[in-house]
Parts: sequence; structure tokens; C-alpha cells
Amino acid sequence: MGKKNKKEVLLQGNEAIVEGALRAGVKFFAGYPITPATEISEILSARLPQIGGTFIQMEDEIGSLAAVIGASLAGAKAMTATSGPGFSLMQENIGFAIMAEVPCVIVDCMRAGPSTGLPTSPSQGDVMQARWGTHGDHPIIVLCPSTVYECFKLTIFAFNFSERFRVPVILLVDEVVAHMRENVCIDDEEIEIVNRVKPSVPPEWYIPYEDTPSGVPPMANFGDGYRYHVTGLTHDIRGFPTTRPDEVDPLIRRLFRKISQNFRDVQIGESFQTEDADLCVIAYGCVARSAKRACIEARERGIKAGLLKLNTLWPFMRTEVEKILARSKIVIVPEMNMGQISREVKRVNKGTSKVFTINKIDGTPITPEEIFLKIKEVY
Amino acid sequence: MAEITKLIHKYLRHDKKFPHVFCPGCGIGIFLGSLIRAVDSCGFKKDEVVLVTGIGCTGRLAVYVDFNTLHTTHGRALAFATGIKLVKPNLKVIVVMGDGDAIAIGGNHFIHAARRNVDLKAVVVNNSVYGMTGGQYSPTTPYGAKTTTSLISHIERPFRISELAIVCGASFVARSTVYHVKLLDDLLKTSFLKKGFSLVEVISHCPTQYGRMNKMGSPVDMLIWQKEHAFPVEKEKEMNEEELKDKFPIGVLADRDFPLFEEEYEKLRKKLKDYRKT
Repeated sequence: MGKKNKKEVLLQGNEAIVEGALRAGVKFFAGYPITPATEISEILSARLPQIGGTFIQMEDEIGSLAAVIGASLAGAKAMTATSGPGFSLMQENIGFAIMAEVPCVIVDCMRAGPSTGLPTSPSQGDVMQARWGTHGDHPIIVLCPSTVYECFKLTIFAFNFSERFRVPVILLVDEVVAHMRENVCIDDEEIEIVNRVKPSVPPEWYIPYEDTPSGVPPMANFGDGYRYHVTGLTHDIRGFPTTRPDEVDPLIRRLFRKISQNFRDVQIGESFQTEDADLCVIAYGCVARSAKRACIEARERGIKAGLLKLNTLWPFMRTEVEKILARSKIVIVPEMNMGQISREVKRVNKGTSKVFTINKIDGTPITPEEIFLKIKEVY
Repeated sequence: MAEITKLIHKYLRHDKKFPHVFCPGCGIGIFLGSLIRAVDSCGFKKDEVVLVTGIGCTGRLAVYVDFNTLHTTHGRALAFATGIKLVKPNLKVIVVMGDGDAIAIGGNHFIHAARRNVDLKAVVVNNSVYGMTGGQYSPTTPYGAKTTTSLISHIERPFRISELAIVCGASFVARSTVYHVKLLDDLLKTSFLKKGFSLVEVISHCPTQYGRMNKMGSPVDMLIWQKEHAFPVEKEKEMNEEELKDKFPIGVLADRDFPLFEEEYEKLRKKLKDYRKT
């Protein structure tokens, strides 16, 4: 594709998320106002009706995700957007979407917590909540952009993964990236759009939660003639509640398997001058931007520094991180929390590297200087 | 097989593992029969009916009937149903909840669904207790009643669900008991055919938990209690304070026309067609 076909526009992170969602085919949004995610609601309240879609402002975040799941069951690609306090309220229905296998996308524009915290200041405190926030054992896909273009791209990926695997997908954005403005090209026609697989059998043959090689059963929409039961209870392959261990075990294992056998497809990252790096920074979100700058400065001063940027936070990119740990003697994990991803890095470290952290929790972003000073200190 | 039983069998899921979870003497079975008769008499096709339920005893009834069925999280049934209805407005979305489900944990969704006026057909089966968890007091447990969390006497006043829906702006509100089953059939049918958010409150009984704790006798005795404590709403004006004491009106309590959310939204779509933020 020639460059002349691509038009650059100045966009905010949240605006790019909207553009990505529309490009992915979103038709339904339900949400509740909360800083710093509100722009997504505001823009979609005007854009969705224009394309025959629906925007609704619900009474709270619990109801928002409930409506999103209902909309998805009726056949629409659906999403919601929130921040920490609302994300806490959504945990209940995230579990429902996992159990009932309903595709949907949840954007969490992270602000500093706990509780009401710092509503307009950035943080990366929800990394573990995104992983383990809802009760019960479950797999989850969590994506994290660090540029405005990635907001656009990863939103499309989030919808694609949700439709392909029939799972809720969480887009974890920090306030800096959500509110940052950059020049981006959003008419990227090369990104493929994925739609859920519909049943190819007649209704009387349809087994809604049947095991398949992919682990993902075809999904019939309500009203399409396939009458079936959807529940948050553990269920058999027909969707009917069961407590039989020989039916519960295969269900929960399949929920894990459908993602674990596709780790390569869902784990997205970017390496920057890591091939010969003695020291490597592992970062995500807005911190990855500062880290890149710090690595460039370190190289200028003769320190072989590299960066692994994580775009997929969960499932944790163990293979990629292990490669880094095997290659670089020193690894630094800067985060705007007290060490949520660094904990995972330390977990997979087999003692080949020293893992250092930078933890900033004062509501301000981590600067390139702070990372550079740490590099100098530990190198 | 009696005609009435044949009709119900037409709508049951025979591949589902029966028997059902309900206790002997429970009112939910009577209500389910009524719901099926109402759907049948409205002429709705099975494929166009979506039955959404919450959590609790009442929540369990969705699995037994051959519609598109959704057993949601506790209290959230109306919010799930809102999403379904707005994406596929041609579907008939019936939402069945219990009293704790709809009014305690789901109270926020309930009042806003009534106000918003999406064309949802809500039913609350009110048995004044949390049955499935073992008989704890609910928002509709009467003052003075005994439950497993109010062993001596309940100290809170109960919610009146129908009256709550009326002040929240529901288009149609009606109440019946499971004893007045013919009336219940008619009210459900009327509410299903009415445009806008409608609520039918079904006064039911829980012989296992509430009945036992409050020494109300057999399920039949509890049905007789319903007969003696309900009066037709039309007679309310003729009754004095003494006669009204501890009693509740049944029948159509409100029937009004408010702008329908879906229709207003369609207008909005047209208005926004050429809108560009400046």
C-alpha cells in the first residue's frame, strides 16, 4: 500500500480507541461517566447512532457491563470503558462473560488508587486487578498500549481476540496514554477484522458449549433460531447447570485451553535493541516511552541497554521475558505501582539476572531521567 | 393429558435434566404455568422470546423453558435485558426476578429500568424471603416476621414493589398472587402486549422457609392467606381503613403511555445523522 493513501491525523488516545472500536465493528456501548475514560463515552454517544448502533449511559458500571454482555448475546460487537473504581464494580460480570463465553471489550483507563485515589493522575495499579479481579480461577487477555496508534490497533485486536476466543478482553490504558495526543494514521486497512464463528448446523443439532479442537464453540445469537440456555453456573455442553465433576472439569479446562494453546497469537510485544543488551528494561504503557528514551541515552554513553515493551500483559509473556533474562545480566522493571509485573519477571527469573525495579506511586509519570539514573546506578 | 398440561409441555425443555429444583408446594411452578399460558395466548414464537432471570429460586426457572434463556448475575437481569432489547428490538424480552434479586441487590437497575422505559416485560415473584440461601429476610419481609436473620421479629418496614415501580415511571404496573391464577394469566398477557416497561408483581409463598418460620401452615394454607389478604384494586375506594389494614390491592395498578426509549433513540439516530462536532 502506497503511503499517499494514508492520512495522518492528530488524535488523543481515547479518541484512537473509539476509532479502533468503530473500525472493528462496535455496534453497542454502555457505560457510566468516569475520569479519565469519559471521552470514549462522549464520542461514541454521537458516533454510534450515526451508524445505526446504540449508546446507553447506564445507572452504574455493573449495569453497563451487564448491558454490554446482553448486547453481545444478541449479536452486536459491544464494549464499555471505565477507570479503576468502575473497573472494580465490573469484576462480577467479567466473570460472567468468561463463564458464559460472551465476547466483549472492557477499556480501563487506569488512574491512581486505591479507592477514589487521584482521579486525573496516571497509574498502572490495575494490572493485577485485571488479571485476578473477578472471583474464581480463570484465564484473561489484557492488552496495554503505549502510543496513540497502539490505542487504535490494540482496540481492534481486543475485539478480534474477544470474537475469536469468545472471551472478555481488557484494554488497560494508563491516563497518560489515554489523554496524550499524537499524529497517527488510522486508515490502516491491513488490520484484519475477526468475527465470531456462527453455528453451521441446524438448530436441533446445535450444542452451544461443545468442545472443539480450538476449544471455542460456535456462537449463536439470541433470536437467530437457536434457542439455548446461557448461565453463569458451571454447565454441561448443552449449557444446562451441572455439578458433576466429570462435566465441570472439562468445562473449566477448556476455558483455559482455548487461550493457552494460542499464546503465540495473543502475546504481543516489541523489542528495541535487545539483541546485544547487557541491560534490559521491561516496561509497558507510558513508562515504555520513557524507557525507550533512557535506553537511547544509555547507548550514547556506551551502556548496551535494550527495551522489551509488553503490549500483552496477560497471559504473561513468559517466553519473551525468559529470553531477555537469559541474555541480559541486569533487568529493570519500571512501573507506576509497587511492583505488579516485576513480580512476574522475578517469578520466571531462574537466577541468571538481577532484577531491579522502579516504583512510582505519586500520581506522576516515570521520566526518562529516572530510568536513566537507575541504569547508571545498577550497571 | 389435560389440555392445560399439554400446552405447558409444548414449552418445556424435555432434554433438560428434570426434576426441577423447586420445593414441593412452591409458588414458582404456578407462576411458570401462568407465564407459559400468557406467552402462548400472546401468540409469541419461541424463537422471538428471550427469558432473562436473575439469581435465586426464581432465577432457576429459565432453564426449564424452551425460549432463548439467560440466567444472569444476581440483581442484574434488567441490565442484561436492556442490552438484548436495544440490539434486537423485535425480540420479546421477559425478565423474571425474585424480591431480593430485583429490589435489594438489583434495586438500582430496577428503578432506572422503570424510568428509562425500554420495552421490557419485568416480573417480580415476591415471596418475602431469600429462599435459596435458607430463609433470610428480604426487602419485602413484613415488619415483625421471623426469618433466619431476624429470629425474634423483623425490625424493618417492607418495600411495596408495585408502588415503587409506579413512582419510578413504569408504563404498566399490575399485581396478582399465585392464588389468583386466572387474574395472573390475564395480567401477564396484558403486560406482554403493552408497549413500554411493564411490571407484574406476583405475590407468592415460600412454605419451606418463610411459611415454616412464621407458622403459616401448609402451602394450601399460605394460598388461602393470599386469597384473604388480596382485594381487587377497584374496591379500594369503598373500603375503610380497618378493612384495608394488612391487605394489598391486586389488578392493574397503573397503565400509562410514556415515550418509549427505542423510539426516542431512533429519532436521535436521524437527528445525529449529519451531526459533526465543531
